[in-house]
Amino acid sequence: MSIFVDENTKVVYQGLTGSQGRYYGLLNRDYGTKVVAGTSPKKAGTDVDGIPVFATIKDAVAETGANASCIFIPAPGVRAAVMEAAEGGIEFIVCITEGVPAHDEAWFYNKLKRDFPGVQLLGPNCPGIISPGKCNIGITAGHIAKAAVPGEKNVGIVSRSGTLTYQALYELQQQGIGVTTCVGIGGDPVPGTTFIDCLKAFEADPETHAIMMIGEIGGSAEEEAADYIKSSVSKPVSSYIAGVTAPAGKKMGHAGAIVSGNTGTAKAKMEALEAAGVKVGLNPTEAGELMVEIVKGL
Amino acid sequence: MDLFEYQGKQFFASFGIPVSAGEATDNVDEAVAIADRIGYPVVIKAQVQVGGRGKAGGVKLANDAAEAREHAVNILGLDIKGHIVKIIWIEVASDIAEEYYASFTLDRAAKKHLGMLSAEGGVEIEQVAVDNPDAIAKIWIDPVDGLTEPAARAWVEAAKLNPVATDGAVDILLKLYTAYVEGDADLAEINPLILKPTGEVHALDAKVTLDANSTFRHPEYEQYDASQVRDEREAAAHDKGLQYVGLDGSVGVIANGAGLAMSTLDVVNQVGGAAANFLDIGGGANADVMAGALEVINNDPRVKSIFINIFGGITRGEEVANGIITALGRVSIDAPIVIRLDGTNAEEGRAILAPHLNDALQMAPTMLDAARKAVELAAAR
Repeated sequence: MSIFVDENTKVVYQGLTGSQGRYYGLLNRDYGTKVVAGTSPKKAGTDVDGIPVFATIKDAVAETGANASCIFIPAPGVRAAVMEAAEGGIEFIVCITEGVPAHDEAWFYNKLKRDFPGVQLLGPNCPGIISPGKCNIGITAGHIAKAAVPGEKNVGIVSRSGTLTYQALYELQQQGIGVTTCVGIGGDPVPGTTFIDCLKAFEADPETHAIMMIGEIGGSAEEEAADYIKSSVSKPVSSYIAGVTAPAGKKMGHAGAIVSGNTGTAKAKMEALEAAGVKVGLNPTEAGELMVEIVKGL
Repeated sequence: MDLFEYQGKQFFASFGIPVSAGEATDNVDEAVAIADRIGYPVVIKAQVQVGGRGKAGGVKLANDAAEAREHAVNILGLDIKGHIVKIIWIEVASDIAEEYYASFTLDRAAKKHLGMLSAEGGVEIEQVAVDNPDAIAKIWIDPVDGLTEPAARAWVEAAKLNPVATDGAVDILLKLYTAYVEGDADLAEINPLILKPTGEVHALDAKVTLDANSTFRHPEYEQYDASQVRDEREAAAHDKGLQYVGLDGSVGVIANGAGLAMSTLDVVNQVGGAAANFLDIGGGANADVMAGALEVINNDPRVKSIFINIFGGITRGEEVANGIITALGRVSIDAPIVIRLDGTNAEEGRAILAPHLNDALQMAPTMLDAARKAVELAAAR
């Protein structure tokens, strides 16, 4: 099984008529994702290569039954787009857009928790989610992921980084290991979906047998995940944390990747994960090899 | 974006927070003129983005024009922990009865805003947190609710400030929260927040970090971006719109994606080398961006070898390879280059690179192999 999305997920693209939205929306459809609609207040009534465009999420949901959305709207419009999706009845919102102000993220994270507790937001600043062979929402290259095979040992992936996620998918594919779902939670300070949300879902998914977790410097999400793994995850986990050599006080590309004083270091995260029984690799390849060993030993 | 104290004070003042009257300058004569205008005694303060400037001789009291001149001469050009003082701020000297600490920042774990207030101000708050954590009153604020007046009052009472300061502190904290939220700050800190003998509460210092992602709704922040402290390499990369951080090693790094770039530094370190920089060229890895990245790296005298680490996702290997070849045709590179290309259509990409390979342009199959080779090449030069 997959987590959060599956072959029945119907996706509306907020910003489908923009260049990025159109490019990835059509790629996702080619992959097999049910891309049922797009929204654009000015281009309602038109279509993008046959995909109908509506003025609002509410209209798109009423006409197509969309239950997920994917946001490709520029950063200034993201706060309104997230709230429009939630108010319009979307249950799973994927926000690809990067450069969203942290105050907006903190605001809509808390607003959703309070007024729309059933809505799951992924991102912002994330590559999206792929359940190989079933659904791909976002900017992940679908062909580098091998689908989970029923009856075999399959892996779930959760990651803060885009390219390292691709690297992990690719290495597992090279080893013939299937992936149930790969979730890119993104590199921003207030991600809508956390490591723990994904660990919980993978733990509950009978088709996922092991979990690969890719973290990076900044914040304490990996330490919190380590605590959760210790108390609530029975499946084996392998991990890699990027940024062992990152200097303190510098943002390393991602808005959330910054070591502040003594907190947020890769070393502290690796130690916390190892103490929770996680196999931690020193580089992405080693983490992949550790996962191969884990899967072969299952 | 970190603001200098004088910028932070102007930022605070625009939200109605009481700060000392003053002016900034980079020039001694101008400093004396400002001091004459403000009226003695004045305080002359070095503008650097590093703590401990008082101990380093960067903050001085002047009682007359001669003293103002002497201090301005000494402080301008002073080296404070590697930061050279280029600007000084001259302000009215304040009488201080008590020193407090106040700040707002984002608590990433709680996903709420965190306010910290302490009766022990004027010292590093990190030290107070270690020595006497009970001396810091914390408040977590839901961004949807904001900070209310009753909540601010209860918070001030919990911090056990002098009761005389309560009303003034509540007023400043409400304004500071507004500045933090409406100004899109990552950090808004007043240390010290002072109580004057007359009973007024006043911001004697200002430490502000603004969210660079918020500039679309704060066009005036361009002035702050322009005055950011960057080394020459960082300034050149910033002008080209590249995500770059200067480091001290000898292997120049170019990678696509922030995670992969960080990971590349780690791998270089793991095989015994050290990277000269972090550089993320984004997912696309096209010729223009690659050429710009190579130029920045090539101009760095530290760089003895270059490691290009690309994982193709949506962007295919042959596009990446063609981008690299085109870029190399445009920029003349001094250091030898090692390329690791993997992911989508990596085989096709490697085939395109193959005829161009020589001692100065090598290829390696894995990240580790490429890192080893790059470190070897750097050591040999």
